[in-house]
Amino acid sequence: MTVGTAFHPRTAALNEHLQWRTWSGFFAASAYHDSPVIEYNAIREAAALIDVSPLFKYELRGPDAVRLVDRLIVRDASKLVPGRVFYTPWCDEHGKVIDEGTIHRLEDEDEAQVIRWTAADPQIRWLRMNAHGLDVTVRDASESVAAVALQGPLGRTVPEAGTGVSFADLGYFRRRRATLAGIPVDVSRTGYTGDLGYELWIPSERAVEAWDALVAAGEPYRVRPAGMLALDLVRLEAGLVLIEVDYTSAVHSQIPSQAYSPYEIGLGRLVNLGSGDFVGRRALVAELAAGGPARRLVGLEIEWPEIEALFAAQGLAPSAPAIVSRVPVPIFAGGQQVGRVTSTGWSPILKKMLGLASVGFAHARPGTRLAMEWTVEARRGTVTARVVDLPFFDPPRKRA
Amino acid sequence: MAQRYDAVIIGGGHNGLTTAAYLARAGWKTLVLEKRNLLGGATTSDEVVPGYTFSVLSYVVSLLRPEIIRELELAKHGLEILPLDGTFTPLHGDYLWRRDDHAATLREIRRWSATDADAYEEYGQLMAEMARFIKPILGMVPPDPTSIDPRDWLGVVGLGRDFARLPERQQAAFIGLMTMSAADFLDQWFETEPLKATMSASGIIGTFLGVRSPGTAYVLLHHYMGEIDGAFRAWGLHRGGTGAISAAIASAARALGAEIRTGAGVSRVTLTLSGDRATGVVLESGEEIAANVVISSADVRRTFLQLLEPRVLPADFEAQVRRFKFRGSSGKVNLALDALPSFTTNPGGTEYLRGAVSISPSLEHMERAYDEAKYGRFSRRPYVDIVFPSLVDPSVAPPGKHVMSCFVQYAPYNLAEGPGDWDNQKEAFGNAVIDLVSEFAPNLRDVIVEKQVVSPLDMERDWGLTEGNIFHGELSLEQLFFSRPIPGWARYRTPIRAYWMCGSSTHPGGGIMGSNGRLAALELLKARKAKVA
Repeated sequence: MTVGTAFHPRTAALNEHLQWRTWSGFFAASAYHDSPVIEYNAIREAAALIDVSPLFKYELRGPDAVRLVDRLIVRDASKLVPGRVFYTPWCDEHGKVIDEGTIHRLEDEDEAQVIRWTAADPQIRWLRMNAHGLDVTVRDASESVAAVALQGPLGRTVPEAGTGVSFADLGYFRRRRATLAGIPVDVSRTGYTGDLGYELWIPSERAVEAWDALVAAGEPYRVRPAGMLALDLVRLEAGLVLIEVDYTSAVHSQIPSQAYSPYEIGLGRLVNLGSGDFVGRRALVAELAAGGPARRLVGLEIEWPEIEALFAAQGLAPSAPAIVSRVPVPIFAGGQQVGRVTSTGWSPILKKMLGLASVGFAHARPGTRLAMEWTVEARRGTVTARVVDLPFFDPPRKRA
Repeated sequence: MAQRYDAVIIGGGHNGLTTAAYLARAGWKTLVLEKRNLLGGATTSDEVVPGYTFSVLSYVVSLLRPEIIRELELAKHGLEILPLDGTFTPLHGDYLWRRDDHAATLREIRRWSATDADAYEEYGQLMAEMARFIKPILGMVPPDPTSIDPRDWLGVVGLGRDFARLPERQQAAFIGLMTMSAADFLDQWFETEPLKATMSASGIIGTFLGVRSPGTAYVLLHHYMGEIDGAFRAWGLHRGGTGAISAAIASAARALGAEIRTGAGVSRVTLTLSGDRATGVVLESGEEIAANVVISSADVRRTFLQLLEPRVLPADFEAQVRRFKFRGSSGKVNLALDALPSFTTNPGGTEYLRGAVSISPSLEHMERAYDEAKYGRFSRRPYVDIVFPSLVDPSVAPPGKHVMSCFVQYAPYNLAEGPGDWDNQKEAFGNAVIDLVSEFAPNLRDVIVEKQVVSPLDMERDWGLTEGNIFHGELSLEQLFFSRPIPGWARYRTPIRAYWMCGSSTHPGGGIMGSNGRLAALELLKARKAKVA
């Protein structure tokens, strides 16, 4: 049975059109308002509240907590000092990505290091299995911690108004404790939007109180709740991959081609092969030695005038979709299929049709022109898609 | 003479800047000269009251062409357009609220008339089809009617062929659009007064016509073509006010290598001794600047009658310039508010104020507003189009406070007492608007912090909009397409060689569209056989 998140008593009342989807067994609003574009705009122009409580959250505690992290993630965890947050993938022994998420180093308690590990999929078995021989306990905090993202140009102003303290000094991918209306919360400078923003980690039993405090603080700034459809648009603009859409978790892959290494999903820059071992390292070394993987994640700008022409050929006015399509679509070079486009959507801010695609290495260089399948009125056509650097949209305020 | 430019552009409004960006993109040494200290022309915003940013003149954007946004990478230069959803028409004891939820809108209209709700669907579909049919014109350089070069006519031939292929019903609708009044056209579908009146408003904006004047139906369509996200008929606001649009285009132009100078008014265009070719400009300061091409984004009257020495133009051409109709008919009232006004009858919450609020209770209200204007009086009970940009974009007002923009028609430039009397009547005009809105939102006066009234005379004096016409000349049919601005001169050229036009007086007309600027640049590059980019 699908259940509500800790914010459900509030979000349920706001969901005007009862547009829900499920996310890890929880109700998640697709859109609260008449149109997801209203929420998209709140994220890009003001501030939006996004309930991200369905994320899996684990608490790693013990003298070896950081060693466990270091054993699993592709980055060098020795740099994960208290107050820092890492975004990272982690791999199986074949160097294929299991999941990716943010890993937060909380303040040490006595001798114990404390980590908050977030993930899209359940990880407790993997974490405990790999904790063998280490002095660390892994506890599932998924239900005891509620999480809400405050994202947008005013994403700092609102939590500052709520907590009465400045976050201007809290750098990108840093975190610290704060008090919101008497509630102890943890604030991280993170998000899945490519915009200025924070995520607040809140004890579930006080989630509703915290929500009310944020709404009250955000009222003068026109803060709005935003759902998954708007989130999908902004993460596409930010060039952020989505599990089971842009790649398949190694855990769920049924055939070898469904499993992806970090180098294949644009996360190669995070991989640190030089500082100690981690699960999957040897496979990744071998992959690089063999010249790197045969396919890469690329950003695509899809020629809108050509899409218009396909509509016109059917006597139709062109229409741009308001939501991101997650239907994989073939993409060609010289008549041969060279990959697939996994997320496709219209960027309201760039006025461009964007795509994330997995294509052969030879076709991954920025500037490469490919032909992507595009269907209008159930008639197949192709349109030009140009490989471009990611992210598509990268406002300076994201890191400011 | 110090510098020589490939192109000098007179005026730093959105069109002048767009032309500059495209020319610079093609590698031309380009200079923009703006008279005011602020870029943007009528596409401008200003912190008139501390903490409150007003989009002083143009206040909504819909027609800004997506290809310009893409080609000039305007998003990277800060362009952010936010959709404006819905229209709320307050009435005494009731309201009509159309919103960005189709089913909810139909239910609302059904509350007034069951048949109107069905008709609304049919009408929307028809207008989308009409807009699709006519839209290619916006991106097309109109042909010279006297040209025998078949390539010039290809686009129009295509249009003619498309017209022949339209179903008969749509052909009839098209003829109706070209000839009827907005009120008559809408009467064919609807019976609900506030619905017809509110919809008819887009037929009169920027014209000196009433909703019952023939020809206004076409203007309905012109505004229906507003395009956001490739979809038709949506309106939007710009984050930080419309001035940020000009700022984004200016930033793109600069990044492409164009030079932009403000506080640099041009006093005249210099010509060769024979008087048939432009050689540069002289600034008000006396400074001379040489250029291979001079492009004016000023309106047609300024371009030809003020910036050129008398008698250099062919007499018949000059006569036609003098006949070009401006007849400014609108004013602006911008208010800084302490809180949102509350409309006596409303659906609850504040969402209904997030789109446009239209004071247009009936066709009679609209037509009576025009009656006064015909005889040189501002409308005592005008049509008012209100938006609260701060509801969508909190950056334009202090936290919790609001900005209210009122576009008001009619405010005829030509008052019975003469345009100069606007300075005497402006206060009364602003009060008439506030009085009228207060009938529906009685607490309005209590929440006003400060007001700014912009008369058509102000628009002429401060922004160089001749007769205060917001579109650089009326958008009436006889002044559009290959007749804009002057029959035979719709291709951005002028009778003076190396002197070109790129402002809203040219095809396809006014509105924050940028097409004029882009098409002028592309046409100029083509004429000089230069690479586009």
